[in-house]
Amino acid sequence: MKPARFEYERPQDVPAALSLLKNEARILAGGQSLGPMLNLRIVQPPLVVDVRSIPELRGFSEDPETVTLGACTTHAAIEDGRVPDPSRGLMRHVASNIAYRAVRNRGTIGGSLAHADPAADWPSALALLGGVAIIQNPEGKREIALERFVTGLFSTALADDDLLVALRLNKLSEKARWGYWKFCRKAGEFPQAIAGALHDPERGVTRAVIGALRGAPHVIADARHCDPAAEAARLCADPYERQLHAVALRRALAQAHLA
Amino acid sequence: MTRTRRVAFTVNGRPVQAELEPRTSLADFVRESERLTGTNLGCEHGVCGACTLEIDGAPARSCITLAAACEGAHVRTIEAFDDDPVMEKLREAFSAEHALQCGYCTPGMLMTARDIVLRLPGADEARIRLELSGNLCRCTGYMGIVRAIQRVLKAP
Repeated sequence: MKPARFEYERPQDVPAALSLLKNEARILAGGQSLGPMLNLRIVQPPLVVDVRSIPELRGFSEDPETVTLGACTTHAAIEDGRVPDPSRGLMRHVASNIAYRAVRNRGTIGGSLAHADPAADWPSALALLGGVAIIQNPEGKREIALERFVTGLFSTALADDDLLVALRLNKLSEKARWGYWKFCRKAGEFPQAIAGALHDPERGVTRAVIGALRGAPHVIADARHCDPAAEAARLCADPYERQLHAVALRRALAQAHLA
Repeated sequence: MTRTRRVAFTVNGRPVQAELEPRTSLADFVRESERLTGTNLGCEHGVCGACTLEIDGAPARSCITLAAACEGAHVRTIEAFDDDPVMEKLREAFSAEHALQCGYCTPGMLMTARDIVLRLPGADEARIRLELSGNLCRCTGYMGIVRAIQRVLKAP
């Protein structure tokens, strides 16, 4: 065994989980990032709170405008279409290119978003798609727009006593087109650059996102006339990173017919 | 000193109950407590795929899965697949195509290969290579492994 010692709890409902979130406890929602971090002793929490068996975090629901996914929905469930897709294929495309199948079978959308690794896919893809994160703490539930959820490098709007419960995602219209491009040195590796673009004329969306930066993903609210080279130049000091991000954005915009 | 935790799940169809430290990985548990040493440990941070086994019917990394998190789960290691028809074909194909040399990656490769055969029956070479990208082999390279999976996919 490699991790430092910790206690482990497996609450069966949200109030029980919330009562455990103190003294630097870490939430385990799939463990595909936390597992390696524990093994490498990058984190040494006194307590790991495994929220995967809380039914509320594993369900999904749908209405005419939105799809709500429990935070512990696995990447593989999204990849396989076992949950409704609000995004006309964007989410299935993103999910199926995260790491490897054995990782996608356990890794979860909420865990990945809350971990907020800049090179992970969901922080960028969900900021692009739009919707809200549903958060619960002992005082009650609240919502925060997905483009404001990740606030920086491994940083989110979650406070220490918050649990990310679900994601309510906007459904795209039939006329929507999306693009998503990432540069990885090897299939399944963390990307060096991410870009996404979304054109939904019926909803007036012409958004783009640049991710795998050194902080939060950068959302371009109206990408119709944006200059990828200029956008990347504002975000990346290093010429190599600048070029990768500019090309990723150009390709994503072209796929979405926004260029 | 942290408390130990009582866990109950099945390993290769057999119920097991254990009192273990929460930090015990599933890989260490099956190797050291269950003496099922077919599961190999490589990188121990989820990258190399050597420790891939099956949890509730789906491949998973046992080095980054806590044994305590397997409460109620059905775990199957490479030892459980002796009589599995797909694995039987894969073993023959791995041998015929020289898809292994030292054998260290092989249990994980077979787990992933079986998943490819069952989940993606129409996979072409490019797709097989993509799906295999989470399993590293440092001896033979991947040509033999890819050919072995193709051989099983083509077999009637």
